[in-house]
Amino acid sequence: FPGLTDVSISEDIPVEGQITVPVGSHSPDEEFSTLDEPVRDTIMRDLKAVGKKFVHVMYPKKSSALLRDWDLWGPLVLCVSLALMLQGGSADSKDDGGPQFAEVFVIIWFGAVVITLNSKLLGGTISFFQSLCVLGYCVMPLTVAMLVCRLVLLAGSGTISFIIRLIVVLAMFGWSTLASTAFLADSQPPNRKALVVYPIFLFYFVISWMILTFTPQ
Amino acid sequence: QGGGSAVIDMENMDDTSGSSFEDMGEMHQRMKEEEEEEAEGDAGAAEEEDGEFLGMKGLRGQLGRQVADQMWQVGKRQASRAFSLYANIDILRPYFDVEPIQVRARLMESMIPVKMINFPQKIAGELYGPLMLVFTLVAILLHGMKTSDTIIREGTLMGTAIGTCFGYWLGVSSFIYFLAYLCNAQITMVQMLSLLGYGLFGHCITLFVTYNIHFHSLFYIFWLGVGGLSTLRMVAVLVSRTVGHTQRLILCGTLAALHMLFLLYLHFAYHKVVEGILDTLEGPNMPPFQRVARDIPVGSNAVLNTTAKATALTL
Repeated sequence: FPGLTDVSISEDIPVEGQITVPVGSHSPDEEFSTLDEPVRDTIMRDLKAVGKKFVHVMYPKKSSALLRDWDLWGPLVLCVSLALMLQGGSADSKDDGGPQFAEVFVIIWFGAVVITLNSKLLGGTISFFQSLCVLGYCVMPLTVAMLVCRLVLLAGSGTISFIIRLIVVLAMFGWSTLASTAFLADSQPPNRKALVVYPIFLFYFVISWMILTFTPQ
Repeated sequence: QGGGSAVIDMENMDDTSGSSFEDMGEMHQRMKEEEEEEAEGDAGAAEEEDGEFLGMKGLRGQLGRQVADQMWQVGKRQASRAFSLYANIDILRPYFDVEPIQVRARLMESMIPVKMINFPQKIAGELYGPLMLVFTLVAILLHGMKTSDTIIREGTLMGTAIGTCFGYWLGVSSFIYFLAYLCNAQITMVQMLSLLGYGLFGHCITLFVTYNIHFHSLFYIFWLGVGGLSTLRMVAVLVSRTVGHTQRLILCGTLAALHMLFLLYLHFAYHKVVEGILDTLEGPNMPPFQRVARDIPVGSNAVLNTTAKATALTL
């Protein structure tokens, strides 16, 4: 290699500069510590994050905000409100209040965990809690459907109310499934999307079934 | 007293190996010897020590606490090591490595009995399809319970549906695997789970159709036809992997009986649960509408039920 025999720098070219890397003037403590801010700021920040995610679910476009900063506040609120609304729809209302709340809770969280494990085993790139977050937030259309069903049932419980409820629940079920697949399917290898969508479909189907068969006592 | 705490040298409490009980035993022994020395010397001061340490007996209490703390840490380390070994879901990853086309092909194959029983048939050891089929069966069972005006205890039915389906899949698979072990059949547990899981496809189809169209004779046709086909496939695969007539008979007879009886149970027992609730709610003068043969195309259950009730009332 003839060209490489002389790799020394000639002496008349000055080699100078700074070795030290300039450190930021503010210490990291001041930036990331949220202990000193008023409680209202903390709560408002979290509420805004949750609200932004709700808006994302209403208009599901492919954005990564839902995935990046996951939180489980929204799913918890939705799950508890859905379970509360589904209470009181049993044969003897004396003793069936408790188990129903627990059943709904367990089914939602257990179902979400199973779907997450399934998508991870199929080679998904999404993390456990991110997936739980998306599935929980996408229960929101079904919670809205439950609210509508309760209002319709206040008016009466005949065939027409059943048909209205059926249409509403079917529409919200489709919306939930589409919203969650919009977020989750991207994290899968492209030829396996159907394998991940199917359990999500079953999960929201079971929740829709619970909502549709609800009859107040 | 300063003399009491100086015996326990905090540096030596650092764990060296952590997983050998000999080290623990040795440390314990060492502390016991030191404690005994101290106990002899401090016999007089023991009563004063009692007053100082709240609720514990002085020096012994402090040593005991530290031994307990050490054992807790050792135990915790072992538990977390075991957890990271067994709860690692990557163990299951190879069983979920499928493409949708493969799943569809296997679903179709599960209804076609193989003809070549002299050569061991290949079974794919895959768990995605069977797991999804079990969940689908649960969903179909729940859907079959959907009647519009009935007040049903959803929670109980959901629990029993999940328990029944998973219990059948896991329990019968294990039982047949055990029998296969006794009869010297060449099948592994995962293959058995996979085979039985895909055999539930016939059950899913049958129940889906017969929960919407309530003909009893139609159910029997489906039971024999569809259920029979999937059972025949499972039986043929098992026969191809077993040697000896008695063994084949035992294994395949058991599997066929359990599989067909399960379908029968799902159709009738759940029917009974629903009709029982309906009968108690609506009184004996209402004819059980689920047994009426009808030619109406499959529509909303509510419309069917309401019209059936209306016709029953006018009759």
